Amino acid sequence: MKKLMLIGMIALLAAACGGGNSHTTATQTAGSDGASTSGNPSYDPNRGEGKFKSVEIPATLDAAMADGGGKIYAVKCGSCHKTTEEKLVGPGWKGVTARHAAPWIMNFITNTDEMLNKDPKAQAQLEICLVRMPNQNLSDTDARSLLEFMRKNDGVK
Amino acid sequence: MKHNQRKVIATVCFGIVLGMFACKPKNAGDAVSSDAAAKVYVAPGKYDQFYNFVSGGFSGQMSVYGLPSGRLLRVIPVFSVDPEKGWGYSEETKPMLNTSHGMVPWDDLHHTELSQTNGEIDGRWVFGNANNTPRVARIDLKTFRTAEIIELPNSAGNHSSPFITENTEYVVAGTRFSVPPDNTNGDVPINTYKKNFKGTLSFISVGKEDGNMDIAFQIQCPGVNFDLSHSGKGKSSGWFFFSCYNTEQANTLLEVNASQRDKDFIMAVNWKKAEEYIKAGKGRKQAVKYAHNKYNDKTHTATSDIKTEVTVLDAKDFKDLCYFIPCPKSPHGCDVDPTGEYIVGSGKLAALIPVFSFDKIKSAIAAKDFIGDYDGIPVIKYESALYGEVKKPGLGPLHTEFDGKGNAYTSFFVSSEVVKWNIKDLKVLDRAPTYYSVGHLCIPGGDTRKPNPQYLIAYNKITKDRYLPTGPELAQSAQLYDISGDKMQLILDFPTIGEPHYAQAVSADLIKNNSVKFFKIEENAHPYVSKGEGTTKVVREGTKVHVYMTCIRSHWSPDNIEGIKAGDEVYFHITNLEQDWDVPHGFAIKGANNAELLIMPGETQTLKWIAEKPGMFPFYCTDFCSALHQEMSGYLRVSPAGSSTPLMFSTGKNMPPAEAAEKK
Repeated sequence: MKKLMLIGMIALLAAACGGGNSHTTATQTAGSDGASTSGNPSYDPNRGEGKFKSVEIPATLDAAMADGGGKIYAVKCGSCHKTTEEKLVGPGWKGVTARHAAPWIMNFITNTDEMLNKDPKAQAQLEICLVRMPNQNLSDTDARSLLEFMRKNDGVK
Repeated sequence: MKHNQRKVIATVCFGIVLGMFACKPKNAGDAVSSDAAAKVYVAPGKYDQFYNFVSGGFSGQMSVYGLPSGRLLRVIPVFSVDPEKGWGYSEETKPMLNTSHGMVPWDDLHHTELSQTNGEIDGRWVFGNANNTPRVARIDLKTFRTAEIIELPNSAGNHSSPFITENTEYVVAGTRFSVPPDNTNGDVPINTYKKNFKGTLSFISVGKEDGNMDIAFQIQCPGVNFDLSHSGKGKSSGWFFFSCYNTEQANTLLEVNASQRDKDFIMAVNWKKAEEYIKAGKGRKQAVKYAHNKYNDKTHTATSDIKTEVTVLDAKDFKDLCYFIPCPKSPHGCDVDPTGEYIVGSGKLAALIPVFSFDKIKSAIAAKDFIGDYDGIPVIKYESALYGEVKKPGLGPLHTEFDGKGNAYTSFFVSSEVVKWNIKDLKVLDRAPTYYSVGHLCIPGGDTRKPNPQYLIAYNKITKDRYLPTGPELAQSAQLYDISGDKMQLILDFPTIGEPHYAQAVSADLIKNNSVKFFKIEENAHPYVSKGEGTTKVVREGTKVHVYMTCIRSHWSPDNIEGIKAGDEVYFHITNLEQDWDVPHGFAIKGANNAELLIMPGETQTLKWIAEKPGMFPFYCTDFCSALHQEMSGYLRVSPAGSSTPLMFSTGKNMPPAEAAEKK
């Protein structure tokens, strides 16, 4: 039984992680296709709700920024999120940058309550975790640094 | 015939019923008009228009109400311990209640006063006085927490406090019970009152930016009972007025013996002059002992310093510092109108209200229009200071507030009413009954230069039948009146905590936007902070064990602790990692003989817990925080003293494997 569940989970994760392109573009803008799933035509589920529309993503890692993000992770995020695939209170961070577009991640971590009230993907995650992610009051720079830390965690060099 | 008889009986019955209603004028139903409900209704989710800071009296705390709804918003712990909030129980807050007598867990908070700039409420701080073990507290209105408490030497029964000057330069504290000064032998016969007892007025300076309090100087006065006080305003800025009773200097059965003289005094103090004398080095240094306690929002910890010196001016040595003004019948309230010209004294036993004129007081002083002196302090001739008397206003006047439109509102304890009168012509304009025996009154800004006269609140001393009975002890009742029209209109009763004395109210706009929502974790400088779960640990120092713990929705880290020995003193230093509004976590552990902790987001608080005996001690979160709040718990294992159980701590790991350990 346990084995079956494990296989199922791996399959799920694989599905979630699939389809990610390698980082060749300079800017990650959330696409507008699939907007109809939220039932609100103006809502872009790939971008989420918040101030970030597009995020400049360099092809290589900004190591210093990622280290800064790591420090924030230790204080504000690490209680609930592991850097592996393992779910603790919230989902593990491995592969998160492939599962979600950069603006979505930055909007979710800075505009948490609104996203939880509105965004289909965030709501689906809440159904699994049942603890609303706390708004940890991150600045824009904090959010960007955390994204860089997530990229590093996902293997960007 | 029969028919007629019935008619007569019916008429008589009707008459009796009518008569019954007519004879009960002080019935609540009669006093409330039909639009009252709409006037006090604040719809769900909407804010009140005013904050009302109400003294908690013998609860020792300060309560915050919204007006006009009368909804209780918060009880701020000040002078009494509050196990619900860990106030006085957490290691961080214990020093706040330290005094020269050691830890004092209770007091009697009588009056509140909001800080002012240019004679108007500025919304930065609210002050409260401790009547029993004399102290003054400053509450920060960004956090709604007590930020500072200073003890007052040479004092007892700090009643005429914490009234402030127009720019919050000083908070005053006048002693109600005169006592032998702290540097003299207090072990003297009580009936040497006249010789040995002194009344002390303290002037506490308040830092312009940080609000820090310091006793700038004290004025030593004859032994009488200083009761209430208020600062001058505008033209009388630079003066302070204190009411005093027991000028008979009685030391027993004051009820009779302190009510002998036809007139007691209001004392006018030229505090600008006092400042000059202090600057010129005319003060005398006196050895004393008093505590000065401050809470730091960065270290989230209070410190208590014991100070050992004050500078004292002896009133009788300075001929132009203090003046007595005769005031009928044991004056209580001492209130100054918004222009600063009129000083209203309220003789508790009088059937009139004297109104003094600042201009006349100044002229009388210039002309030395004195009728003699009292213990070396000049006494101004009553008629020379008097503007006029309000004749037959009611019985037992206590306190007066102002509407800034030329009217005064005075409470009458004995005749249970509020009386509105015009300051210029001293004519009574309106009267409204209170239920029952009103003490203090409050109009938003009603003791400042700029009252905001929409409402008046009466704080009553007797409740009786106003609410559903709750046994012998009843909630004290406050009553809200609409005073926007010519006539006062009673629109609401609301119960209060403890016994309210003075209160202040201010437009919510001045305060609500400055309210702190959480403490920034980056700025947390607590010596035992854990910034992230990675830094949590358990450290043994002999028999003291320091647990560096974090919490976030919804778990503790560590949540399994083993290797604690019976007899250990365990300190739980808990950091709340949340960075959002309204997410405190509460920490409770079985057998704690003190209280719980309530830890605000970004804050670190410490609970001391003694491991009394071996066993298993669960701890949990008391403040419902998420859907998995019931899961927010942990275990602490206590082994016998001297046992070899290693010190271990973890979250989310079972170590060592449970079965293996059992088999050993």
